Amino acid sequence: MDPSLKIVIVDENPVRAAILTEGLREAGMTQIMHLAATTNLLARVYEIDPDVILIDLESPSRDMLEQMFQVSRIVKRPIAMFVDQSDSASIQASVDAGVSAYIVDGLKKERMKHILDLCISRFNAFARLEGELDRARNALEDRKVIDRAKGILMKAKALSEEQAYILLRTTAMNEKKKIAEIAQSVVTASEILK
Amino acid sequence: MSTRLRIGFIPLVDAAALIVAVDKGFCVAEGLEVELVREISWANVRDKFNIGIFDAAHLLAPMAIASSLGIGHVKVPVISAFGLGVNGNAITVSPALHAAIAAAADGDVTDPMVSAQALARVVATRKAAGLEPLTFGMTFPFSSHNYDLRFWMGAGGVDPDEDVRLVVLPPPYMVESLASKHLDGFCVGAPWNSVAIDLGIGHILHFTSELFQRAAEKLLAVRAPWAAEHPDLLARLVRAHIRAADFIEAEANRDEVCALLTAPGRIEVTPELIRRTLDGRLKVAPDGSIRSTDRYLLVGRNGAARPDPVQAAWYYAQMVRWGQAPLSADLLEAARAVCRPDLYDAALGATAAPLPASEPADGVGEFTGAAFDPDDIAGYLAGFKIRR
Repeated sequence: MDPSLKIVIVDENPVRAAILTEGLREAGMTQIMHLAATTNLLARVYEIDPDVILIDLESPSRDMLEQMFQVSRIVKRPIAMFVDQSDSASIQASVDAGVSAYIVDGLKKERMKHILDLCISRFNAFARLEGELDRARNALEDRKVIDRAKGILMKAKALSEEQAYILLRTTAMNEKKKIAEIAQSVVTASEILK
Repeated sequence: MSTRLRIGFIPLVDAAALIVAVDKGFCVAEGLEVELVREISWANVRDKFNIGIFDAAHLLAPMAIASSLGIGHVKVPVISAFGLGVNGNAITVSPALHAAIAAAADGDVTDPMVSAQALARVVATRKAAGLEPLTFGMTFPFSSHNYDLRFWMGAGGVDPDEDVRLVVLPPPYMVESLASKHLDGFCVGAPWNSVAIDLGIGHILHFTSELFQRAAEKLLAVRAPWAAEHPDLLARLVRAHIRAADFIEAEANRDEVCALLTAPGRIEVTPELIRRTLDGRLKVAPDGSIRSTDRYLLVGRNGAARPDPVQAAWYYAQMVRWGQAPLSADLLEAARAVCRPDLYDAALGATAAPLPASEPADGVGEFTGAAFDPDDIAGYLAGFKIRR
């Protein structure tokens, strides 16, 4: 990749932008700028005059960038990645990952391909990371509910902690439900019966 | 067996027929299981629609035309057999600009010619004082809002490319930008004008129905090859939407419609805000004054849902006027072919009733200038002093 390429990342999510920036740096790019705020986005983009703009598909600022196609006074006219439909697989992949790119006219397609692939993989990695975080958070929530349900059962039925857990687990297995769901029912029931 | 379809939309009141068709069960009744996907930008709707993630889309009418012509972006032939709305936009200005226009006006500012000429005086005064040009927001380069502002300004002698700044902003940011004085005015669809009025930061200067009696706003667009492959699906989709539009236009249903439109995942503003738009009774100033019209947003009445090739030709003429497209017979034909009243009629199983006498003779009804003639766009454009 050509380190002299100026790349602008438009992403409201600072963590994802940082992950992407790091990836681009590792690939040898040196001129990477992250823009988050919507205010004066166009002015900033004109100032920086980038070769590549990478934008999060969840950003409402995309429509603002589209205006740049129309302004003939701009010397370098960016074009949307989707203009070149020859590589529909990578277009699909980038939409799935949630990222889009604008590149100045004349930039070689092979060079762009690297950047885009990197973007897609980083965006996907970020989504996975978020998914894991969500799962971890849910697991923590589950643990809390299970602990409360165990406490309720131990008190109501004079069970040991292990016995209470086994009761939850067997019930879950019999009902074909998750332990956390059974635990939640126990907690809810005990609140109603309070 | 029902067919699954995915349709992308932007949360605006003119998505009403889409939302009601799905949430009131008109699509299911046609054997269609439609998933509505809310999007944040027109570019997203277009791209996901272009590559087939969406089977159909809520598209700005000029965007559908630009897509078929291959200007500004990839060429993807698009057709529409159902119009989601006619009119529905408004021009809102800051209290300061409103006062300046009122002071410079030679007559009643609700007359768009008076306000446009007053704007020209305000612009000239600012220029003489060395002030920054006024900045106006609109939603997309290929949008009715862009052409609405340009037409109005041009009529008063203001060159929209030289004398003011026109910037694209996402509709939800318009209000914020007007409040922070990054914008002096904007043209946008409902409910955003009303939001600005309620916050006391803007005045509705004009309903765009005061500029043009009849301007197609959004289309229910499908890709031309998709339409050719699935004529039956398209007919069912159009029928479901015709029923939805009828349901929306029946005044007795208005409370229910407002509730459907403001449900989670749909437009998410207060039902009262939507109601103003559908009733055409809008608060136009922070002091609570109200202006009414029976033409604010036509969802299905007065033939609004039947796509009109004259409207497509008119938008193409605006693109030519402002230098977005060259003038050619082929492009004109391609633009007209976007609107397919024949497919609307086929879905309906009958020829639609002729338009009522309230509708403009040339199909558009501009507030100034000669009647629009789709067969003589060069002659029509020659009538404008300001053009590219």
